[in-house]
Amino acid sequence: MNDIIKVTNVSKAYGGVKANVDISFKVKKGSITGLIGPNGCGKTTLFNSIVGYHPIDGGSIEFDGKEISHLRVGDIARLGMLRTFQQTKIYTKMNCVDNMQISVSHRRNSKNGIFASRKGEIRERAEDLLEFVGLYSKRNLISGDLSFGQQKLLEFAMALMNEPKVLLLDEPTAGINPTLINGLIDRLGRANQELGITLCVIEHNMRVIMNLASHIYCLSNGKMLAEGKPSELQNDQRVIDAYLGGH
Amino acid sequence: MMRRSTFITYAGLGLFGILGPILFPAYTLSIAYLWMMVLMASTWDILGGQMGYNSLGNITFFGVGMYVSAIIQISIFYEPGVGEYTSAMGAIKPEFTDQQYYWGIFLGIFGGAIAALALSLIFSTFMFGLRGPYFAIGSLGLAIAAAEITVTINYVGGASGISMPMFPGDIEFRSVFFYILCFTLAVLSHFVIRGMLSTQFGLAINAIRDDEDKAEAMGLPTLIYKQIGWAVTAVFMGAIGAVAGNMAGFIDKEVAYPVPTFGIFMVAMVLLGGKGTLWGPVLGAIIFHIVKETTWTYLLGWQWVTLGLILIINIVYFQQGIMGWLQSKYPEMFGIVVDQSNINQEKKES
Repeated sequence: MNDIIKVTNVSKAYGGVKANVDISFKVKKGSITGLIGPNGCGKTTLFNSIVGYHPIDGGSIEFDGKEISHLRVGDIARLGMLRTFQQTKIYTKMNCVDNMQISVSHRRNSKNGIFASRKGEIRERAEDLLEFVGLYSKRNLISGDLSFGQQKLLEFAMALMNEPKVLLLDEPTAGINPTLINGLIDRLGRANQELGITLCVIEHNMRVIMNLASHIYCLSNGKMLAEGKPSELQNDQRVIDAYLGGH
Repeated sequence: MMRRSTFITYAGLGLFGILGPILFPAYTLSIAYLWMMVLMASTWDILGGQMGYNSLGNITFFGVGMYVSAIIQISIFYEPGVGEYTSAMGAIKPEFTDQQYYWGIFLGIFGGAIAALALSLIFSTFMFGLRGPYFAIGSLGLAIAAAEITVTINYVGGASGISMPMFPGDIEFRSVFFYILCFTLAVLSHFVIRGMLSTQFGLAINAIRDDEDKAEAMGLPTLIYKQIGWAVTAVFMGAIGAVAGNMAGFIDKEVAYPVPTFGIFMVAMVLLGGKGTLWGPVLGAIIFHIVKETTWTYLLGWQWVTLGLILIINIVYFQQGIMGWLQSKYPEMFGIVVDQSNINQEKKES
């Protein structure tokens, strides 16, 4: 029961392309788990399957002990599992504070009703989190006018605003400059430590993922290639081959 | 600063609303139509502007409200009912007392609004599966279908329509009476919309406009927001439809479902004023109505050309409309600024 996400033998094909074959994958509650692999190996497909973006062809996905493979995106999000997108998705014509405020949790027990006020606690939390990712001074700007890196930070802050149990991050550092990457790693770690959010991260930046994750899975050609602690994977010949042109 | 300008705007519009028919009694009905157009534009903007669902079918609710109110007004105090009345082709002229007339019209407005609300909830169950242009065309289909179905129902007079009960007062008082109804409904709709937009609801429908997939991925129950948005639109369109039917005095398919005129005007007014803003539709409706009335008076024969020209200039050069253009030109007026103040410092101060 310690596994908050438990994926068992999941397969998914797009027409003739077998994107995921018999994938089994576990994320421990409160951990940071990494998911690596060459481009096109099926990482994002696996994320999409987990959050209910498309139906899976076979296998089972459990979240917090509950079978969720038949649920749809909104239902799964309301259970407390969110994802961010590789192509950043934010509400581009709204300002940053508004982006944050509408990202509050819509779980059944939440007190954020349809006609809830936009002032007070909700606004304060939005501003605090914008400060947390370093966007406080930009809070009144239209979010679509921000730089790509800032938009990624905003999307991350929006996910935190929702207070999820699990957050799936699809390449959080892609397109972000090295200084900002360090800041982001720090914040991912703090979100995990201080807010108790379980993280699952797809990442190509090896330095980032090796420092961040406690357990890493490596996919290749739609199959699970290897798993283990970062130090184990770094010395795994199969992983090295997959990354150095083995596919 | 914005507060002050908002106050001035309300004071100005309020004064005009109250003094208009007193100072220009000849234009009372024309100004009444202005408020009707303000209402139509403002309610269209809930879906079209704020939520990104371009509905071309809101006029359905207008027509349904109009017909339902006619049925209620006639049936409630005339024993044989609407069917008898319409099949007599005007041979029967039931006399209503003043009291019966006023009760009838208020119940009619209320009933029209409720009927439109119910219809919008039915439409919501299947229409919101459509997005973008498909929703626009689908909703246009609803309006056309509603008009055609109405014609086939003999109970409401089929193609020959219904004569509405005669207004009991004199003609000046008639204008003032309908003016007050239109003005009240427009003001009511404005403040209801303003109130709704100031809550989380406003942000939610903006989020649906900007990226519906993201909104769903964040757990936003999008359907309920869409339903509420359309339901509010329908209630006001149904109510104003009931008023418009009585103002016209005679209703048929053309009066109840003016798809090519009001159905398109309400979209054009919002685009002109700036969609997705509170004041854009109001401003657009006022300008549009003034241009329309002036050209109909002084440029008769060219009025459609002038209107078309304005629309083309609007679409080609000012796609964001007047309010949108102002916002991109003077963002600081709308509070879109970088704020270098420190969050902790600000908290200490407050």
